[in-house]
Amino acid sequence: MKEIYLDNNATTKTDEAVFEEMRPYFCELYGNPSSMHFFGGQVQKKVDEARNRVAALLGASPEEIIFTACGTESDNAAIRSALAVFPDRRHVITSRVEHPAVLTQCRNLVQKGYRVTEIGVDGDGRLDMVEYKAAVDDDTAIVSLMWANNETGVIFPIEEAAAIAKAKGALFHTDAVQAIGKIPINMANSSVDMLSLSGHKLHAPKGIGVLYLRRGTPFRPFLVGGHQEKSRRAGTENTAAIIALGKACELAALHMELENTQVLAMRDRLQAALMQAIPYARINGGTAERLPNTTSIAFEFVEGEAILMLLSEHGICASSGSACTSGSLEPSHVLRAMGVPFTCAHGSIRFSLSRYTTDAEIDTVIREMPPIISRLRQMSPFGREFLNTKP
Amino acid sequence: MWDYTPIVKDHFLNPRNVGDIADADAIGEVGSLACGDALKLYLKLDENKEKIVDAKFQTFGCASAIASSSALTEMLKGKTLDEAMAISNQDIADFLGGLPEEKMHCSVMGQEALEVAVAKYRGEPIPAHDSEHDHGHAYPDYEGELVCKCFGITDTFLKKVIETNKLTTAEQVTHFTKAGGACGGCIPKIKDLIAQVLGESAAQPRVRPEKLSNMKKMQMIQEVLERDIRPLLWADGGDLELIDIDGSKVQVAFRKACAGCVSSGNTARMVESKLRDLVAEDIVVEEVPA
Repeated sequence: MKEIYLDNNATTKTDEAVFEEMRPYFCELYGNPSSMHFFGGQVQKKVDEARNRVAALLGASPEEIIFTACGTESDNAAIRSALAVFPDRRHVITSRVEHPAVLTQCRNLVQKGYRVTEIGVDGDGRLDMVEYKAAVDDDTAIVSLMWANNETGVIFPIEEAAAIAKAKGALFHTDAVQAIGKIPINMANSSVDMLSLSGHKLHAPKGIGVLYLRRGTPFRPFLVGGHQEKSRRAGTENTAAIIALGKACELAALHMELENTQVLAMRDRLQAALMQAIPYARINGGTAERLPNTTSIAFEFVEGEAILMLLSEHGICASSGSACTSGSLEPSHVLRAMGVPFTCAHGSIRFSLSRYTTDAEIDTVIREMPPIISRLRQMSPFGREFLNTKP
Repeated sequence: MWDYTPIVKDHFLNPRNVGDIADADAIGEVGSLACGDALKLYLKLDENKEKIVDAKFQTFGCASAIASSSALTEMLKGKTLDEAMAISNQDIADFLGGLPEEKMHCSVMGQEALEVAVAKYRGEPIPAHDSEHDHGHAYPDYEGELVCKCFGITDTFLKKVIETNKLTTAEQVTHFTKAGGACGGCIPKIKDLIAQVLGESAAQPRVRPEKLSNMKKMQMIQEVLERDIRPLLWADGGDLELIDIDGSKVQVAFRKACAGCVSSGNTARMVESKLRDLVAEDIVVEEVPA
């Protein structure tokens, strides 16, 4: 069965050109870039090129790019560093809808005596800027807010938030894992101090991430024991993946417009058709500014895992904010923070498109989804009385 | 992705007996929209009101909840009410070729719906988990003290599930009942309940067998360590690990607070005397350095 892959916020296909770029760096050009011979030196040149390419996508300088193993590592490194360089500041600010890579770490800090403020969001997932402004104080060591939400695609006003943090002398970190490559981001005229990105969300392979660190920002490394990355991240470079990420960033810049035209149009067509065909559904964060590729739709009276399993029978890959898919028992903390009722959160499905998505694939989803929802509602003790009515 | 058996997949994709029975003799309803799964079970009895001739269900929930409901209705047909009441949640899971442990609460939900339906039909007190009056909680009417506030689960219900399924960890209790799966605030209380149940079952007189095969002996030693000894050590922040059994020689290593504890020698003697009481008189416990 050919897959219809609409789960690109989970991970993406490695672009063929990206794979070709990295291929020689396993069996042929396997040298260590730190080595004092031509064989390592030629790899060093490619790593430098990759660094330039990543920097170009971000509007950054090459020395502001630190390669890491994943977005999670970048998030951990950023927050830990800020606390280490500001030992007198004991306050951390984040949001209630962050990825666990940030949120878990912040919650763990509470036990270590830090004051942690989790800023709330409104019903459409927008950051409560009033609450945020009031929270930033002279004791704040770091603010960590995501650029765009992985579940809903809702975009936060990062530049505005970063300027507020800067005014109070706090460092500002953003988890931009979902935003990079989908919306333009420019660090050249920005108040953001640190930014995380992850290769496998933008058609590079898994196992490579970046921490952008603004020049002049005080930093304590997370991994020590080597001079790599100017001693800011020890450990032999994952050369093939770094080179792949460089290529992926170059391609992302080329395709940025396509993401915001073609992909956006397909996303809008998909959600409009589903909303039209299926009663008792709502778009999570529908009125907020969102990534062009993401839509999260709540279907009442049915449960997400069952929807995903039936979609999977048609080769359609999506994901859910339901409790049952994760092994946890509570539905998505993001949807709960938005005040999406339990009754809708359990039946929320996220479709995340990419530049590889085709109109024919969208047509298939538009065709297959309504009967799946209808079938599960027929089976549910709750949906039946509504089946023949309009809300 | 969950590793569902082919039987689970089949009962999810082709569920048997979906729907309702207009003149049902018994109806049981458990769960709620808020909790993420709910089941309404309908039973039709024969003329003599002895045997179940038809069973149907409506389920809101994940694939394994739907499959468990479908399996239950298939198992019920042709059974008397007494036979039906003997079905345990494990039987439902077995019928499906097994469920992932995280999904065992789906089989528990089936068994509970059955209990509610039969109790209602017989005019007996509703045991527990009838959700007719309150769609906010899974098992709202269950008597006893509310333990898990997120899912509305009481101590009486938890103790029953812990005992029937021989659960020993809070994580297992969450997998079977959902209790403790949201905010986690009740996990210490769940641990207390496990200790209580284990204590109660340990209090029942157990007779040391006359003769034991080597295999049986090893099995019993492991059982006693798991059920009678480790929970006691956990209570003091300690633990032990079984290293080896060679005939009557049992080697254990103490862990956590017990490791390096000055009185670990006494603990070893306690373990030995417990094993001698419950398994065989000639057992010698040796402590291996941690």
